[in-house]
Amino acid sequence: MTLIDFANPTRFLTLTARILPWLAGLTAILLLIGLYQSAMAPDDYQQGATVKIMFIHVPNAWLSMFVWGVMSLAALGTLVWRHPLADVAAKAAAPIGACFTFLALVTGSLWGRPMWGTYWEWDARLTSVLILFLMYLGLIALWRAVEDPSRAARAAAVLTLVGAINLPIIKFSVDWWNTLHQPASVLRMGGPALDRAFLIPLLVMAMAFSLLFLTLHLAAMRNEILRRRVRSLQMMQASQRST
Amino acid sequence: MSLGPYTSFIVTSYVLVTAVVLTLIAWIAIDYRRQKQRLRELDASGIVRRSGRSATDIK
Repeated sequence: MTLIDFANPTRFLTLTARILPWLAGLTAILLLIGLYQSAMAPDDYQQGATVKIMFIHVPNAWLSMFVWGVMSLAALGTLVWRHPLADVAAKAAAPIGACFTFLALVTGSLWGRPMWGTYWEWDARLTSVLILFLMYLGLIALWRAVEDPSRAARAAAVLTLVGAINLPIIKFSVDWWNTLHQPASVLRMGGPALDRAFLIPLLVMAMAFSLLFLTLHLAAMRNEILRRRVRSLQMMQASQRST
Repeated sequence: MSLGPYTSFIVTSYVLVTAVVLTLIAWIAIDYRRQKQRLRELDASGIVRRSGRSATDIK
């Protein structure tokens, strides 16, 4: 059996049933390790204990963009190959991505108040992430508004690809404009600028949140496949009653 | 472990992330149960999939 075989919805459900418990367990273990390391991390000489907010803010911020990237790949799958699982993947990812983006914005605000003296500043990074959050909400609204899943899929795929333009804007906003938000300190040329005492808990938390996304995404995709099965069976039931 | 003068900001951040993640997990779990329940109801009403399999057979 090749990897492409799992792109079949029925095989996908079988695979998901097998791996979800393991993924959930691994996520929980990694989250516990990450939380312990975050709690034990020393205070930063400038930020003090508020550096602990970074261990949850940064993974959520990374995932807010990563999830849109996943949805963009799925959008290509919908438009180019019309694969049945592509739209399922994009639709299932959107609410999870919206939650990560919301958490990145709010934890960033809670860090900004003591460090910058303000909860919010209309600088390029913060504003572009807020736009990303609004785009997630717009996409979710679009999927809910259009009843026919195939029509909604195409419209959502186009919107997702257009919205992907925002990803490099978010990433490079701190380099292109003079922003209050600090420049990249992990994913940058020349390697991470963080001390190991902060870098290791941050990377463990980033891995834990990535696994959390994978687990939740697979579970949400399974739900979406079942929802579509319910819909098609209800339509069969309705057509049987009318004949 | 002392969090200093910014305890409220740090604790609020962690509590909020925990609450949102738990809500997301609960929402997905409840949605799964709801879809399975609907499939059971369709199965009970005699509707079968085009493949001939039962509506509740998810494999």
